[in-house]
Parts: sequence; C-alpha cells; structure tokens
Amino acid sequence: MVIINGNAVDAAGKTVSQYILQTDYNISRVAIELNGDILPKSQYDSTILNDNDVVEIVGFVGGG
Amino acid sequence: MELSEDQTERYARHLVLQEIGETGQKKLINSKVLVIGAGGLGSAAIMYLAAAGVGTIGIVDYDKVSLSNLQRQIIHNNSDKNLNKTSSAAKKVHALNPDVKTIIFNEHLTPDNIMDIIRDFEFIIDCTDRFETKFLINDACVIAGKPYSHAGVIRFEGQAMTYVPKKGPCLRCMIGDVPHNSPVCSEVGVLGAVVGVLGSIQALEAIKYIVGTGELMCGRVFSFNGLSMQTRLHRISGSNPECKICGVKPTIINLNGNRKDYDISC
Repeated sequence: MVIINGNAVDAAGKTVSQYILQTDYNISRVAIELNGDILPKSQYDSTILNDNDVVEIVGFVGGG
Repeated sequence: MELSEDQTERYARHLVLQEIGETGQKKLINSKVLVIGAGGLGSAAIMYLAAAGVGTIGIVDYDKVSLSNLQRQIIHNNSDKNLNKTSSAAKKVHALNPDVKTIIFNEHLTPDNIMDIIRDFEFIIDCTDRFETKFLINDACVIAGKPYSHAGVIRFEGQAMTYVPKKGPCLRCMIGDVPHNSPVCSEVGVLGAVVGVLGSIQALEAIKYIVGTGELMCGRVFSFNGLSMQTRLHRISGSNPECKICGVKPTIINLNGNRKDYDISC
C-alpha cells in the first residue's frame, strides 16, 4: 500500500500519472511530494509508486 | 517609539499575548505589507491587517466595485459601487484604524511595474484571482527575494502557502508551469465565507512573519474544503531541481523574458 495524504491507498505498481488520472486531481494543478522531495512534473510518467512510499498530493485552485 | 494611550487600549488583546506583546505590536506598527487584489481574499486580509495595526498597507487593484462583488468582498459596501476597489478598500482601512497609512496602486499588475510596486514592502500577500497573476507575483518575489503568502479559492475550497527565500519551495517549484485556462470564480462560483477563511490565514501568516513568531507555512500547503470540512497541512518540501526560477538551471532570469506566462489571454 502507498500512503497518500495519510491514507493507505492501493496504488503500488502504478505510475504517478496513472494514479492522478484516476482521481479528481487535474495534473496541471497538482503539487506532489514523494518520500520527502518534490516530484518534478517531468517525472510523473516514469515514476512508479511502490509499497510504503509516502506521498502528499495537493490540488491547487486559482481563484480569489 | 512608545505606544500612545489609545494604542495601548486598541491593541490590548495583542499586548497580553505572550507571542506579540509590546515588542510585537511595535513591529506591526512599523511594518509595510502589500496586498495585491482587493477582492474576496483581499477583503479579509486587508481588514485583519488594518485591525492588527500594520502601519502601512499597500493595495493593488485596477477593478471597480460591482454589485456581483458584494456577495463576498466584504471590504466594499453597496454605496461603493463603481468606485475604484483601491479607494474603497483604503476608505475602510482608515475608518477602522486611523493609525494605518495606505498606499494605493490603481493599476494592472504587469511584468513592467511589479518590481517597482513590491520594492518597499517587507511582505507581499497574493490575493489575485488567476494563476497567471499568481505566477507573476511568485516569480517577482523569488527574483526580488521577498517573502509572500499565496492563496487560491474557487467554489467551496482553497489552499494557502507561504514563500520565504531559502526557507522552502516556491509556487513554481511545486506546480511547474502556469496552468492556463484554469477555472475562475466567475465561471464556477465561490462562497464568501470560504474566501474569508483563506484571506484570514494570509493575514495571519503576514503577522507571524512580521512579529517573528510561530511556524510559517514554508514547504507546507494548507488545503481546506468548506463542504466536507476536510483540512490538511500538506508537506511539500525540499527543492525542485527542475524549477524554472530556482532550480539548478533557471531559465527565468527576469520577468521580461517570460511575458507569455503571465498573459491572461493565453
């Protein structure tokens, strides 16, 4: 299981892009920290989530 | 400088706070904070800064007050319709706290004027309503080495974070490129009380920065959903080596070379 925003999620084996696409997040407006480091957007397609990874995902909105 | 009798009474609830006290209040009175956008976020941020006795508040906006603003932009009144938002906001600041000086910038924020506008302020609050302008402020603050508070809100949800040079990532480190064509409040709606939550948090971050107390949201993003009441302080820390402005090979050296990013017509 992958820990995403504090919850255990069955996402191991998926790439970050694949995981984001199955959620309500818009990939152009998210920030992701993977195991303590910001994950650059260029690595979303190639980064595979593993068991025990700790992930934070924030969806940003732009109004005000 | 000593606090006057009026100031001692006005700020009595600050003076008994160990984290603020007389020293902190004097710092607030001597501080200069710039609020960019006198709309939903700006209404709450400006009013709380003024009440707290921030000595100089800069206000940037080019819009005029319209009837559809009043459902959430609580710094403006019905009688302010068609007034410049900067003048309307400054009027409320002076009515609330005559100690506070306002400097108004009744102009569009552009790559050409932003560096001059932010120069004399020690903390900037981004209360604008589009990502293009939020990235302009981010990039200008990173280049100028200015701390600032970011927030965004639509519908019932929003987020806030704080950038302080060398203390954590910037907005561009986190999101990457400007997400053009993102939803805006005029299309998808927004609830006033939700914007007020985020605008208050921005004022709080500014006050903590000036006084030098508490923990700023550097490397952390507060997210809030007013429907579910889910909140989370996300840790988004570390650096992004690919960031175009503070990464290892920055491509944004000045704002002029990056104008297309800030163009809201994209």
